[in-house]
Formats: sequence, C-alpha cells, structure tokens
Amino acid sequence: MKLREIAHSRTGDKGNTSNISVIAYDPANYPLLEKHITAERVKAFFADIVQGEVVRYELPNIGALNFVMFQALGGGVTRTLALDIHGKSLSSALMNMEVAE
Amino acid sequence: MKKIRLGAGAGYSGDRIEPAVELAEKGDIQYLCFECLAERTIAIAQQAKMKDPAAGYDALLAARMEAVLPVCRQKGIKIITNMGAANPEAGAQKIKEVAQKLGIRGLKIAAVSGDDVLETIRAQEYKIEETGEQLSTIKDKLVSANAYLGAEPIIEALKGGADIVITGRVADPALFLAPLAYEFGWSPDDWDLLGKATVIGHLMECAGQITGGYFADPGYKDVPGIGHLGFPIAEVNADGTAVITKVAEAGGMVTLATCKEQLLYEIHNPAAYFTPDVVADFTDVQMTEIAKDHVKIAGGKGIPKTDFLKVSIGYVDSYIGEGQISYAGPGAAARGQLALDIVKERLGLMGVKVSEIRFDLIGVNSLHAASLSAGHEPYEVRARVAGRTQNMKEAVRIGNEVETLYTNGPAGGAGAWKTAREVVAMVSILIPRSLVKYSVKYEVV
Repeated sequence: MKLREIAHSRTGDKGNTSNISVIAYDPANYPLLEKHITAERVKAFFADIVQGEVVRYELPNIGALNFVMFQALGGGVTRTLALDIHGKSLSSALMNMEVAE
Repeated sequence: MKKIRLGAGAGYSGDRIEPAVELAEKGDIQYLCFECLAERTIAIAQQAKMKDPAAGYDALLAARMEAVLPVCRQKGIKIITNMGAANPEAGAQKIKEVAQKLGIRGLKIAAVSGDDVLETIRAQEYKIEETGEQLSTIKDKLVSANAYLGAEPIIEALKGGADIVITGRVADPALFLAPLAYEFGWSPDDWDLLGKATVIGHLMECAGQITGGYFADPGYKDVPGIGHLGFPIAEVNADGTAVITKVAEAGGMVTLATCKEQLLYEIHNPAAYFTPDVVADFTDVQMTEIAKDHVKIAGGKGIPKTDFLKVSIGYVDSYIGEGQISYAGPGAAARGQLALDIVKERLGLMGVKVSEIRFDLIGVNSLHAASLSAGHEPYEVRARVAGRTQNMKEAVRIGNEVETLYTNGPAGGAGAWKTAREVVAMVSILIPRSLVKYSVKYEVV
C-alpha cells in the first residue's frame, strides 16, 4: 500500500533544510510508520534531491514522524535554481512510498 | 476565568485581507496578529529602504490597516504585526496616516526597532551557521542583518498602552506569546508557560494553514468551503491550554489533522525549538477534538532561552538567468528535450559562464529530478533553463538563448518567456544577546 492511504504530510523549509512531517490518520497506524518509514528509506527515496543527511524525529504524542533533510533545497528559497523554490512539493512525492502491510 | 482570544490576520506578506476583517468583525477577539515577514522579505525591504528612507515596510500595510482599523477601533481589538519589516518607524507613520484619513483619533501606535544589527556585526567576526565559513568572506556583499527579537519589546509596548504594535524582525511565535504573557502576567522565566505559548504561536502564525489552507487533497483530505477559507482563533487560558477554532460561518475546518500538520511545519527537532524567548519542547503536546472545528491544545513545555540570538543575513550572492518555452501535441516531450539540448550546446559554444545550471522539462521531471519522475508521455511540456552567473549581463544571455528557439529550435515552440535577476541569498549567524538593544517609540493620532 502507498503511504498516502494511511498518512498525510506537509513540507516546510528553513534555509537549505527541508522538513517533511508524516502523520498517521489513525494513531493505531503509527507503529507501522515507525517501522517502515525510516530515515534511510527517505534518504534513498530523495537521492536525486537531498545532498545531506536525513534525520528522523518521532512524535508518538500525535502519531507522527518528522524528517529533517539537510542540503535539500539548492541553497534555499532565495538562491535555488529549482522551480519549486521552497521544496513544497516534496511531501506529495513521499506519499507515493510503499508501506508493507 | 479569564480567557484571551487571539486571531491570526495573515500568514505571510502577500496573504489575503478579507479573512482578517471577518475575524475582527465576528471572531470576538481581543488581539489580531499579522505575521508577514519571511526570511527573504526583510532583505528585499532593506534594499527598498536604501533607495528611499521612508520605505521598507510591508507593501500591504496601508491596505490591511484601511480594512481592519475601523472595526478594530470600534471593538477595542489590539493589533500586533511585524509588517514594519526593515522600517518599523516609517510603518508606524503610515498607520498614523491611514488612521487620520479614516478619522480615527486617540490611537497609540508603538514601533519596535533594534533588530537591524548590520553595523554591529560588521565590527566582528562570526561563523556562518550554514557553511561554517567566516562572515568576512561575504562582508563586501552584505545587504541586511536582522536579529530575531523576542516578546519583551512587544510586552513593553502593550504595558505602555499601545493599541497597535509594529515590529521588524521578531520571532513569529512572539507575536502571539507577547499578548498572552502581558494579559496573564506570566513571568519571563516561566519556561513551561512560554513553551506552551510558543506551541500556540507556532500553530497560529501561518493563519489559514491551520484552518484547511495548504491541506486539501480531494478524495483524501477534503476541505469544506475552502473558497471562503477563514483564519484561526486561539482561545487561551492562563494555564497555557488553548482551543483552536474559527468563525463558525467561515469556510475551512479545524481538525486534529490540520493542527498536527501545522505543529510540525518548519520544525526540526521537536524537543528543542529555539526562539529568543524559550527553547520549546513539542513532544508532549496533546490535541483533542472537543467539538466541530474546536481542537483543544494542551502540553508543551520549555527550558531556558540561550544567550544568543539568531541573525538573518542577506547578501548579494549571484544572478539567475532563466528562460522557458512550451511544446504540445505528439512528440512534445522529445521536442522539449531537443530544445534543452540545443540551448545547452549553444551556451557552451558562446562561452556563457555559469557556476550552476539546470535543464527542466516541466510536466516531466522539473520538480523531482529523474528517479521519482515516472515515464509517461504528456500532451504538453515546458522546457526551462535556469543558470547562475556572476553578473547580470551573463544572466541575460541564458534567457535569450531560450527565446531564440522560436526561429532556431524545434517545431512548434510556444509562449517563450525570459527573466534575469539579482539574487539576495540568506545565511544566519548567532550573536550574543547583549549586543542587541531594542527601542519602543510611540506615535499618537
């Protein structure tokens, strides 16, 4: 199943760093996210885009993960050559990731 | 028990004005807070101020004030905003002019200055946080340096009787934390309460992003009435708990999902969210839907603020030249790719100097590069070339080479467009808090 079926997401930017939240619609699915959506998988998923490290933070209080991706935005909103200057479309891409059932 | 109702009147500089008016009219709020200052907005405002000493505040300041001042005055709603950008004192003057024009009298406007530290930082060496390099490597190109102030000067202005507080660079949550600390008399070292208020401020600061804006995904995340999206209200108690809601008849929605997305928006480590007022911790925040469009927020805590303030530095970094042209019908993608290949070859033949360049096919791979972009044949594509140069003359040549594809490129090129611009890039440094001195100046209509 695609991540989109059980979770939603929003991307934010600060300088050259992007963060993507992954939030379970149903808190009962949070352990599934914790197990399958690892920093390593997210780093590999965005291999063409993210030049730096990917760090994962866990927020069981709201059933969510937060991925912080360094050197992800071509120098940041004012400097990047990318069409998506804030990297705001990255969360939508991640919703395509497969989650084993 | 005393409750304070705060409304968020804007989530960024160009935001819509009508929802702010709706909040003032129907939101039963005591404060209307407008967050209008992104990282880069202040550098652009600083350049405007250099050309005209009376400029440098938010472009929509007068329009926003004209729209909300009459009703705010009538209902006694106080306004707090960072629309002063690079020039809060000129912004206060502008508000005074608007009030006079509207026939409003007895209004006290406070301008908070002191965030501009460009001259202060020139004297010393600092490490650039993003690159680890010394600030002196870009000292000839500096445009702006603004320290993030906290809630203290806003609280001082409110104690001074201000109806409107206009600031330059202050931390976004401080626009909301300040009126709460003032109203409830919170101590500036009650770290847990400041942490809770930072959670509330962070949830509110992007306005429509918590009422269903930037959320809708048809079939998965439907948002009712998004066309007339309302902005949020936080009803806050003295213990730092709050309910996020909206005007009942306004469009949009406040749900656990909208609140959770906003809690993590632009957050790195949720256990250590650094602001000038507190290091906030979001990891024990609890959200409960207590009624339709009413989400209760509890939890959040904090530890003492650090001795340093973050300073955003703007500097002239480079130039970007860009050109785009579209292709449609059978073979559109192949012609678009040929167009990109042609421009690449010609820029090389002409010796255009770029330090970085990208060739995108919009509709195929422009957002997520090769591996994430599935192979498909779109009906139309837009070829895009964008390159970084060290001067404007070189930047202009990039767009020209795209435009000349009309008569020198693949068949059916359409709608060419080109641009070249100077890039003000942003980096940050940390400076000792003791180097930053704020001031509060009042204007009375």
